[in-house]
Amino acid sequence: MKLAAVVGLAALAALAAAPLVLEPYPLTLLLQFFAYGLALLGLNLLFGYTGLLSFGQALFVALGAYSAAVCTRKLGWHSFELVLGVAVVTAVVVAVPVGLLCVRYVSIFFGMLTLAFGMLFHSFLFKFYTVTGGDGGMLVERPSLLGMRFSEMDKTTFLTRPFYWYALGLLAVGTVVMWRLVHSPFGVHLSAIRENPRKAEYLGVEVRRLRLIAFVIAGVYAAVGGTLLGIRTGLADPELAYWTHSGNLIFMTVLGGFSSFAGPLVGAAVFIFLQDSLMSVTQYWRLVMGMVLVVIVVLFPRGLVGLAQALRARVIGWRRDARAD
Amino acid sequence: MTSFLDILLGGVFHAAVLFLVAAGLQLVFGVQKIINLACGSFYALGAYTGISAVTWALAHGLPRGLFLFALIGAGLGLAVIGPPVEALLRTVYRRDEAFQLLLTFALVLIIEDILRMIWGANPQELGNLYMDYGTVGKGALTVPTYNLLVIAAALLVAIGLGLFLKRTRFGRLLRATAEDRETSATLGIEVGRVYTVVFTLGTVLGTLGGALVVPTAAASLDMSVDLVVEAFAVVVIGGLGSIRGAVVGALTVGLMRAFAVSFVPEMEMLSIYLVVIAVLIFRPAGLFGKAAA
Repeated sequence: MKLAAVVGLAALAALAAAPLVLEPYPLTLLLQFFAYGLALLGLNLLFGYTGLLSFGQALFVALGAYSAAVCTRKLGWHSFELVLGVAVVTAVVVAVPVGLLCVRYVSIFFGMLTLAFGMLFHSFLFKFYTVTGGDGGMLVERPSLLGMRFSEMDKTTFLTRPFYWYALGLLAVGTVVMWRLVHSPFGVHLSAIRENPRKAEYLGVEVRRLRLIAFVIAGVYAAVGGTLLGIRTGLADPELAYWTHSGNLIFMTVLGGFSSFAGPLVGAAVFIFLQDSLMSVTQYWRLVMGMVLVVIVVLFPRGLVGLAQALRARVIGWRRDARAD
Repeated sequence: MTSFLDILLGGVFHAAVLFLVAAGLQLVFGVQKIINLACGSFYALGAYTGISAVTWALAHGLPRGLFLFALIGAGLGLAVIGPPVEALLRTVYRRDEAFQLLLTFALVLIIEDILRMIWGANPQELGNLYMDYGTVGKGALTVPTYNLLVIAAALLVAIGLGLFLKRTRFGRLLRATAEDRETSATLGIEVGRVYTVVFTLGTVLGTLGGALVVPTAAASLDMSVDLVVEAFAVVVIGGLGSIRGAVVGALTVGLMRAFAVSFVPEMEMLSIYLVVIAVLIFRPAGLFGKAAA
């Protein structure tokens, strides 16, 4: 607990200082990391803690990005706090009915149903040009932060300074809230549901209700991440809701390791920087990413964090052996 | 009336191709309990290889009229990728299904770039070679003979697959393995070999589907991920693991798409997902499935 707080604060301090040292480009990648980090914290509550693999989480990411587009572009609401509020409310309004239907099922059926809902939303975004802008998507305008418009700044400065810190703040708050959640009785119940839903039910855990709550929280986190993504690129496009995007979200989670709290955050960071550096070297970056995924799935199913933990345990073991000699 | 029949035949043609891929998905799921997201990638691989095979064969003196055999040859020849891919999947059979899904997702990424490496990013097509077979019918109602041949081929595969599973010794071994892997192994069935054969068969159904569709549609890099969701809709509607379900599911999706495109284009894919969701909610085992949620 203490170690986690120290590591977390150190990471936060380093990230907060980054705009003073780094070039704009890596900062925009970090911004992408903040967005995916939030989405993955939510996804892992569902997947890692509750044991439900959603293959439609991209739906909520897209919902967040489109909320930002509709607010700033169509309604002229530029306050980012208002955008966040709209995104959260929309996510809840969608997640409750969808979740009610989905959490009746587990394993592969849950995955398929969430995939179907994600694709349903994708084809809506894709085909209803008049409402959604079709395959071109919708532009997202620059929001004001805490009432400040920053209109004197160019886009890059806005994104890499005020918006960067704002997004980092959101990720920090989101991380702390999630930490409290998974270490609360609620989180313990979720793990119990994952390990043995029947036993949990006998012990008085309301399995479906808790699954639904986890589903809604995951949706809200993804939508908040989605608003960040939309503002970063200035565009909400239907590909955000496509099933391969959901696949990438799970890829990131497993890359970092879904059995640990920090795994998804590590996975998001590694995925984004790896993908970006591969894309600058080769047009066949998918091939390399695919191979990385194969190696992770086959050899390191507990992800990078699991690997690090195993190495640490081994080093400690060696030291102990050395002392014993 | 003629346009109605046109749409109908277009839908059935699409259903025939979808059935082939979905049948592969069903076989693999039925026996190995793995949802193979890469089935669409096999389909794309079949399409690209089909184009190259036909181009090569025509350049080497194959009469134009026999191009269908070059396509079938390409589809069947791609069976060689089945065993190595199955060997890779073997590493995760005992793991959580999340890992199995992810491993096939990795294959989707890898195969897409292999296609890009070999054939480039631009769509490829065969021209209208398939019109060499002429058309059937008169006046407003004419259908390319090629389309009818593909529909007939899919029907043959459906019947053949059914007979193979029901009547042959290997089919029985296969169904026994699907029913209970442990007991089958105890009774002396070489489960590993059954898995290799089933997966290869599933692969070939996908590559054959891709090879057969390519004379009528261009091969593109997007076709794999687009087809997966349709094949997935087919198996959900029909019921996971059932070949008969794949026939019904493919017809439902193929016809619904064809009619939606003609009458309410906005609903092209939307209608399919609505049906998928309805089936999952009211009859999660699908119309012909027996697996309970």
